[in-house]
Amino acid sequence: MKKAKHFQFQVQPLINSNNNNNNNNSLSFSYFDLLSEEIVFTILDLLTPNPLDKKSFSLVCKNFYFLESKHRRILKPLRSEYLPKVLTRYSHVTHMDLTLCPRVTDATLTNIASACNSNLVSIDLSMSKFFTGVGLLNLAVKCDNLVELDLTNATELKDSAAAMVAEARNLERLWMRRCKMVTDMGVGCIAVGCRKLKLLSLKWCVGVGDLGVGLIAVKCKDIRSLDLSYLPISDKCLPSILNLQYLEDLALVGCYGIDDNSLAVLKNGCKSLKKLDMSSCEKVTHIGLSSVFSCTKCLEQVTLANGYSVNLDLADSLNKLSKLQSIKLDGCLVTCAGLGAIGDWCVSLKELSLSKCKGVTDEGLTYLVTKQRDLRILDITCCDKITDVSISHITSSCTDLSSLKMESCPLVPREAFILIGQRCHSLEELDLTDNEIDDEGLKSISKCSKLSSLKLGLCLNITDEGLAHIGTSCVGLKELDLYRCTGITDSGILAIAGGCPGLEMISIAYCLAAIAAGCRQLTKLDIKKCYKIDDAGMIPLAHFSQNLKQINLSYSSVTDVGLLCLASISCLQSLTILHLKGLTPSGLAAALLACGGLTKVKLHASFKSSLPQAIFEHLEARGCLFQWREKVFQAELDPKCWKLRLKDMMQ
Amino acid sequence: MDHKEMPRPTADTWGKSFPSGNELLKNISSDDTPLTISQRPQQKWEDPSMLDYNTRIEPPFQEFKQRSETQSSLPCNPNNQNKVTDEDVQMNGTIQTEKIQDWDPRAMLNNLNFLEQKIHQLQDLVHLIVGRRSQALGRPDELLAQQKQLITADLTSIIVQLISTAGSLLPSVKPLSGTTPTGQLGQLGGLFLPSTVGPNGSVQPQNNGGSKVSDQSNQMDITVNCGNEQNYNVEEHESKDDEDADEGENLPPGSYEILQLEKEEILAPHTHFCTICGKGFKRDANLRMHMRGHGDEYKTPAALAKPNKEATSEPMLIKRYSCPYAGCKRNKDHKKFQPLKTILCVKNHYKRTHCDKSYTCSRCNTKKFSVIADLKTHEKHCGKDKWLCSCGTTFSRKDKLFGHIALFQGHTPAIPLEETKGPTVPPDRGEGNEAINKVRSINFNFGSNAPNGNEVQNTADVKGNIEDPTGYFSPLNFDTWNFGGFHEFPRPPYEDSESSLSFLIPGSCNYTVPGSCNYTQKTGAESSSNNPE
Repeated sequence: MKKAKHFQFQVQPLINSNNNNNNNNSLSFSYFDLLSEEIVFTILDLLTPNPLDKKSFSLVCKNFYFLESKHRRILKPLRSEYLPKVLTRYSHVTHMDLTLCPRVTDATLTNIASACNSNLVSIDLSMSKFFTGVGLLNLAVKCDNLVELDLTNATELKDSAAAMVAEARNLERLWMRRCKMVTDMGVGCIAVGCRKLKLLSLKWCVGVGDLGVGLIAVKCKDIRSLDLSYLPISDKCLPSILNLQYLEDLALVGCYGIDDNSLAVLKNGCKSLKKLDMSSCEKVTHIGLSSVFSCTKCLEQVTLANGYSVNLDLADSLNKLSKLQSIKLDGCLVTCAGLGAIGDWCVSLKELSLSKCKGVTDEGLTYLVTKQRDLRILDITCCDKITDVSISHITSSCTDLSSLKMESCPLVPREAFILIGQRCHSLEELDLTDNEIDDEGLKSISKCSKLSSLKLGLCLNITDEGLAHIGTSCVGLKELDLYRCTGITDSGILAIAGGCPGLEMISIAYCLAAIAAGCRQLTKLDIKKCYKIDDAGMIPLAHFSQNLKQINLSYSSVTDVGLLCLASISCLQSLTILHLKGLTPSGLAAALLACGGLTKVKLHASFKSSLPQAIFEHLEARGCLFQWREKVFQAELDPKCWKLRLKDMMQ
Repeated sequence: MDHKEMPRPTADTWGKSFPSGNELLKNISSDDTPLTISQRPQQKWEDPSMLDYNTRIEPPFQEFKQRSETQSSLPCNPNNQNKVTDEDVQMNGTIQTEKIQDWDPRAMLNNLNFLEQKIHQLQDLVHLIVGRRSQALGRPDELLAQQKQLITADLTSIIVQLISTAGSLLPSVKPLSGTTPTGQLGQLGGLFLPSTVGPNGSVQPQNNGGSKVSDQSNQMDITVNCGNEQNYNVEEHESKDDEDADEGENLPPGSYEILQLEKEEILAPHTHFCTICGKGFKRDANLRMHMRGHGDEYKTPAALAKPNKEATSEPMLIKRYSCPYAGCKRNKDHKKFQPLKTILCVKNHYKRTHCDKSYTCSRCNTKKFSVIADLKTHEKHCGKDKWLCSCGTTFSRKDKLFGHIALFQGHTPAIPLEETKGPTVPPDRGEGNEAINKVRSINFNFGSNAPNGNEVQNTADVKGNIEDPTGYFSPLNFDTWNFGGFHEFPRPPYEDSESSLSFLIPGSCNYTVPGSCNYTQKTGAESSSNNPE
């Protein structure tokens, strides 16, 4: 990044001199033509990933335009209908990212296949619909170097389409998450056809069972990473999976067909396995896990979320793993003895997650952190029994922490947050949602200059003053969550917008602020219930934040004009517009039609009848989903009152 | 044999029009290593030409081995290029007329006429191509490949139809009437082999005697896409192989008593006879119940009880049975004699192996059995064999199919066509229809300017048809073949949105629908306009 900026500095005078030159001599000669191809390519290599940078680069001169086309390897088109033209310009593209094109038809795929031919290495269709097996077959046959294919969310694809995918013989990485119509037969075709597969994700492919998975294990011997989460598999295919020679990453989340007995038979386990995720396997207890761990000695990362009880037995069986670095026990029942045993392990953990664990006490946690001093990532979300004692021990022994998540720790007093800022300077990610932190705490935390993500949602004690500290010190901030921070107003947001140019996500819902421009990288914006935000805020937003993908405008004061301004943001994919008083049906229709890339729109149900049905049909054919909400307009409650009501509902 | 006289008058011209007729077929599957699938050892193939072409014949039943030598000269002349002339058809026809008495000549004539038409059509096509070739010299190879592909597909269809026509005659041939089966087979093989993948194709016709040949015609398969090997399974071995169950028993010879029942005894419907009236019964218990009617002395508990086995005290010699059929492996004179365990085994073995199959399945009318229990087992599952492998083998159970696929390289599950027909895409979208049409019919769009992806589409066509064994192989079922090459034009897609926008919104936004309505069906239109007929 720094290098790229440097480059821009240098180019600026060049552009000026170039213009002068042109004016003076009225010649079409450009100094840029003197730069050799290699030099321009090196410059392009160093440009930031922001697509606008490359766009401005290619607009410098014809030579740059040509060279940028030649240099481009990754293409992420906004509209599939312009693809034929785009593809003739960028003939050297190897990676095709179609996540912004909701409508990708067989014709589109055929175009891509015939334009890219053997160049194409990777294609991402995870957010696209409307293509069938015919288009996939075209890709598979013509692009014989295709290595990576993402078919996630292709819920309509059937076995016949899977059989077409199987024609891509060189495929190495394939994602088929949520391909619910695919059965063993389709997966069988892929197993036979794509023998070089190294990564396969079948998460949520609920039609696939033991037979298909077993065949994958028999035919694709090179598999490194396998995601079988939520598949109805049982002990029949487990042995053959664990016999895969190179398997490193295995996910078996929510496999209800697996129980202790099926795990007990695993004798010669997988020596190469490094990552294992067995969360939410209802029928597996620590006995089954113990037999798994006894045959997978090289595990480095274990995830055992939901439903296990972390007691002495489980901790002991985990202790067999001499290379363990990371363990996630989210939502488990934890005992003090279990935490103590984890602390006593000879291995030193890098990552520990105890999010939403019941039974985490000061006693257990302080013992653990005083022993495991190398922790980098710690998650103690919703551990509602811990107090400042734990925080004090955490900050004093784990000074290298880079990520600390402690949402909803209500017993931690505001003084404890000052300790975090004083001791843990390498923090990059900090989640303090729903805590007692105040401006003093924020001032201390602003010392963590590497901070890139800060979540302060529901922190009712902070004001603009504290936020101003963050805005001045944490320059690298990318994500800021100020959900329901009622103490924040314009001045606080202005400080952030001025100090954090890299901000990508900001949520200021329920704040009493007006938006300020200045964050060009913004991709997500939530300004729900910001009553004071009106069209005047939308115009600079539309002008500066051309990367915006998601916006929530509910309950704000934006009208037709503001919405139409937003429509000029070509990346916009998700739009939530509930209870906008100034919005008319025709303005909405115009805005919807103008936003070509929309994939998700949340609207109030009253618009359903006031707009012609054909508009919705057209938009749906473009790949846009509608969600209708019936909610009545709610006057805002006092935030404290809202919190109380939440508690009542929980009880 | 016959193949030497096989006329091949236009083989040369044909070779010109597509010099490497099978190349494209090979291209489709990269690994064309022929597989060796043999469940029983094959010793008798000494004919080197056979071995060269990886042709194998897999006899599933014993008697076939005895005849296999005569059949080993299945013509597999590679020069016999993909041309089926009228003479072929006629010759085939004449041979059949000589040998076969009870078949419907009218239907046969119809078929032959149809085939003749087809061949003429094809001839015209080739003329056309030859004519165009001179004009379009600068054309890319794609077009040529396309033409080749089309012709190959058409030829394949003709050949298959021919085979099925011929095959419909065969059941009426008596199994042991001289050389007939061999001659027939020769014909079949001669017509059949060239249509496969040439030197790499390995053919495994299975034949268990004349009575079974009809099955063969139904199950012949031309696998184009993947495994080049042909593996016909006449039937999934669903009959309980109770005679094979004792294969591994390995009793030392002499340690058991060998009994051999006579043929009549084996085939007799009853084995227990009343000594008084002579009535026969299948079971001893039924005989005992019957005996009660002959007098009070048969009503005593002792008489009604099972005949007691007094021999339990002394060590009984194990009884094993021999098949009376000379030369059978189950016959005690056979070198590698393997005895049968029980009388039931003897009966089933004898009927299955050495008797006519007189019980026909009433559902499919093709499968025949000699043991009624086998028929019943089959009828239970008949029509349910929905698990299909690319090699043409069907399975009643999915796990059996996957076991088969795990075992053999290159075999892949075949997705039944019904699914492609189903609502993959909501019917109001043109592309959906288009896709279905493409898979279902052979497009005759060779004259077209090869728009994007035509090449591939044709591959899909051939495959799609081949993967559907019912449409492809059922005799006289010409309907599934879109021989004329006119498939229904798919509706131009996206009508809905186009019309929907005609009444656009009151808003004054300067907005045009981005090219989304331009997805018209160029390939379809072009193929139709360029159709030669």
